[in-house]
Amino acid sequence: MKHIFSLIYCIAALFTATLTNAQALRVEITEGVIEPMPIALPAFTAQGNGAQALADQINAVVVNDLIGSGLFREIPRSAHISAISNFNAAVQFADWKAINAEALVTGNVVLEGETLTVQFRLFDVVAQTALGQGLQFQGGTDGWRRMAHKLADAVYSRLTGETGYFDSRIAFIAEDGPKNARVKRLAVADYDGANTRFLTDGGAIVLAPRFSPNAAEIVYTSYETGVPRVFLLNVDTLEQRLLDETPGMTFAPRFSPDGSKVVLSLTEGANTDIYIMDVNTGAKTRLTSGSAIETAPSFSPDGSQLVFESDRGGKQQIYVMPTTGGEAKRISFGQGSYGTPVWSPRGDLIAFTKINQGRFHIGVMKSDGSDERLLSASFLDEGPTWSPNGRVIMFFRETAGADGAPSLMTVDITGRNLRKVNIPVFGSDPAWSALLQ
Amino acid sequence: MSSFKTTLAILGALALSACDGDGFGGNGSNSNNGISTSALDPASVEYFNQTIGDTVLFEVDQSTLTTSAIALLDRQAAWLLNNPGRSIVVEGHADEQGTREYNLALGARRAAAVQQYLVTRGLTDDRLSTITYGKERPLAVCSDEACWSKNRRSVTVVQGGLGS
Repeated sequence: MKHIFSLIYCIAALFTATLTNAQALRVEITEGVIEPMPIALPAFTAQGNGAQALADQINAVVVNDLIGSGLFREIPRSAHISAISNFNAAVQFADWKAINAEALVTGNVVLEGETLTVQFRLFDVVAQTALGQGLQFQGGTDGWRRMAHKLADAVYSRLTGETGYFDSRIAFIAEDGPKNARVKRLAVADYDGANTRFLTDGGAIVLAPRFSPNAAEIVYTSYETGVPRVFLLNVDTLEQRLLDETPGMTFAPRFSPDGSKVVLSLTEGANTDIYIMDVNTGAKTRLTSGSAIETAPSFSPDGSQLVFESDRGGKQQIYVMPTTGGEAKRISFGQGSYGTPVWSPRGDLIAFTKINQGRFHIGVMKSDGSDERLLSASFLDEGPTWSPNGRVIMFFRETAGADGAPSLMTVDITGRNLRKVNIPVFGSDPAWSALLQ
Repeated sequence: MSSFKTTLAILGALALSACDGDGFGGNGSNSNNGISTSALDPASVEYFNQTIGDTVLFEVDQSTLTTSAIALLDRQAAWLLNNPGRSIVVEGHADEQGTREYNLALGARRAAAVQQYLVTRGLTDDRLSTITYGKERPLAVCSDEACWSKNRRSVTVVQGGLGS
């Protein structure tokens, strides 16, 4: 379980030509339908014993990342006129232009013992120029997937003007067994579902994990002591502790953006309120009062505000309040009920679950409640979480009936590109980390 | 015919005890399962579960006790007053038509409604505790009202002696 990953990563000026292109190649991301950019990712070249197999795996992960974003379309290898046999040779732009590639990614993988070096260059085929300098990542061979994700993030970033989201992780709840006796285990995986590993053994129900800002720790709810309580778990050492020693049922924990505090719900009798707690001292301040159900809090990225759900008005709706306490303002006013609000890392949008006329939706609205848009609809869609760049939302979709089971899904904030995350188990309650360091 | 019925009832009881074996206590609806009650000791947990009834049902998104719920809880209270050595845990449950964390809070509300009512009938706080399972432990697994109505429930789980 101890997977201490040390990726040494350096930027080398592999390519010295300075290029200032007035009309740089760019995927224009708008709210409307976009035409995915045609991109060619020919086989990466390789040096060293066993390097070619690794180069092919890295290339496949990069392709999966970029195509999976919905912003790019791969031009299949079978259509390629030429291959890249020498990473440092001049690119034959005409061969790539002829197959209508707009962008070209070339890569080279060097394996020396256990040290892996991955180099790549990105080209604007139309302008026949390199886009930025070549980059080089170096680390142990066990870090090959992360290097592939970092490469894809760099390509994504140069072609969209936004930061990427591929070198990130998810925490989720792995589910097994019949619907009336589900076994639930806390799990983590790469954002694409690879490297799934289980952090609890299924002996107790576990729910709704959230990463700390540096992804080293997870807060989650467990029935380990008999009743639902919030625990803090170190992802690498698997050391865990009760976050709050005082008795009672606690759940719905989320970290503050600086990681020093956790907001959570505490139930006393019939009443559930939101508290903010100092992670180190355990000092706890009550933020809501009254007999309503107040839960599912989420910090604004600057830490100054909380968005949460309350049924104080009669049914589940979304409210915003200062982190220091004070008056809450309702922001959801559409048909049906609203829950599980999550503030976008960009700060502009709030994602939510909406229940209306027996259907569940994932949606987004501006943080003042305006411009509500629904991104999905099914028997049960729940629990949105944001990609590190605020571009994609992951959630879980549970199918109906006695054999119903949950899957992790992603959707672009435009509502396009709905995809299932490839995990080897049923999964619910996803939480997406920030970009890894 | 009657032996056939008995077999079904035993199978039902086995299934329920298998559910109990996972450590989550009673999952409810032990009442009205057709087992003859004549042989049961009125002070036994089985009598409470099967003859008194351990499960109270709720309306959608509500924790208000219905008239029939109150009638059942009156019988539970009477039994508990007659069996002062017993403590109980009231489980609160919700159907799948809600978000997970809201349903945890809703289950807690239902369990608390039962707890509070039993206290008004003379039971002391130290014999009662509550737990919410939200939508984590449905009793019925179909995805329509026939099952949801069974899952919106509280289950009164009788423990051994006080403090056990």
